[in-house]
Amino acid sequence: VPKKCQKAREHFATVRTQMESLKTKFPTDQYYRFHEHWRFVLQRLVFLAAFVVYLESETLVTREAVAEILGIEADRERGFHLDIEDYLSGVLTLASELARLAVNSVTAGDYSRPLRISTFINELDSGFRLLNLKNDSLRKRYDGLKYDVKKIEEVVYDLSIRGLNKEATGGVGGEK
Amino acid sequence: GSGGFRKRKHDNFPHGQRREEKENVNPSSAVMTSFKSFQLELDTRHDKYERLVKLSRDITIESKRTIFLLHRFTSAPNGEEILNESEVKLDAVRRKIKQVAQELIGEDMYQFHRAISPGLQEYVEAVSFQYFIKTRSLISVEEINKQLVFTAEDREETTNVISNSHDKQPHTWSLKVTPVDYLLGVADLTGELMRLCISSVGNGDIDTPFELSQFLRQIYDGFTFIGNTGPYEVSKKLYTLKQSLAKVENACYTLKVRGSEIPKHMLADVFSTKTELIDQEEGL
Repeated sequence: VPKKCQKAREHFATVRTQMESLKTKFPTDQYYRFHEHWRFVLQRLVFLAAFVVYLESETLVTREAVAEILGIEADRERGFHLDIEDYLSGVLTLASELARLAVNSVTAGDYSRPLRISTFINELDSGFRLLNLKNDSLRKRYDGLKYDVKKIEEVVYDLSIRGLNKEATGGVGGEK
Repeated sequence: GSGGFRKRKHDNFPHGQRREEKENVNPSSAVMTSFKSFQLELDTRHDKYERLVKLSRDITIESKRTIFLLHRFTSAPNGEEILNESEVKLDAVRRKIKQVAQELIGEDMYQFHRAISPGLQEYVEAVSFQYFIKTRSLISVEEINKQLVFTAEDREETTNVISNSHDKQPHTWSLKVTPVDYLLGVADLTGELMRLCISSVGNGDIDTPFELSQFLRQIYDGFTFIGNTGPYEVSKKLYTLKQSLAKVENACYTLKVRGSEIPKHMLADVFSTKTELIDQEEGL
């Protein structure tokens, strides 16, 4: 895994170069006028950065860190920046991907990863519950989060009733 | 395998375990702290958007009322009064626009553009209508924007501004109506001018329709020049503009052909029937 992350980081260097040239194409105080053009790509990039960071450290990447990886600013005042909603959308995509990772980890025999993913996702979910969202695309994507949470819970449940997570954590947990 | 999972009764699902896990989330963890700040940021942004929407609605309402007032100009002998009253109303609208400008200090206007666009279009419609009545010409967007440069008026405002801003902050705010909003407002203006045409005939004024016909034709030519290169809303309005122009041209035709036959006091009747039809068409 660490090697793949390393490779992924290298790809981000290309991204940074592209961002540099994109930044020059329009006046900096009209970011939102053209925002829709790169919104989708930016969200996917956030997801990818978040995924790499999760694989490396099992933590949630911060907005500032993503901005650095992508070679853009974190605040609007300083130019081409990462909008908070795009950051959150990318994070939600990460949740879906982690649900998938949990399932595939079990298939591959790794019974401890799903538990750690579960803790991580639950914290994410609690965080998102704090937000007052409007009925926009972010809200729709957030609604998908509960299905990711449920899926991961099911994986953990499957492991716990079979005692498989006991193997993984050395006898801790697995209580019904 | 996992296929049997869905058939299990709900009771067997570890709700208790889930609740436990959720309670175990540390409310002051890094993630939770970040999300608390996200909550604040999003709420602030949404609140501002809402304030701007409310201002935009107020601007729309007051502009519409100004337009109705100006329609009364044609039939009233106290035209000067009406023009003055319209100026008072438009000043009130401009005060709202000033609040919009203040909300937008330091913000990217385009992030909130959708909130204020309808109001600004209505304002353009009202102010250009007034300008036409006074000068029989079309106000330019530069002229409009010149009126939208505001300074701190009373001492109270200045004190607030000083306490909230850096030393270098100038106490002026301005809002620039975008070319698109200007175009859309002018397009809407043509609808009002069409109504003006019909009502002026009803008042025995047979010169205005011909003036309007010329004027609208010029505006129409301008829009055709833009054609389909503008945003979608402009193309939509172009269609309505065509219809308005046709109505005005037909009115002129009727006047020309039949005007000499019909005594003036009956002209109103001829056009009132027509007006009914037109109004029905528009679903007024």
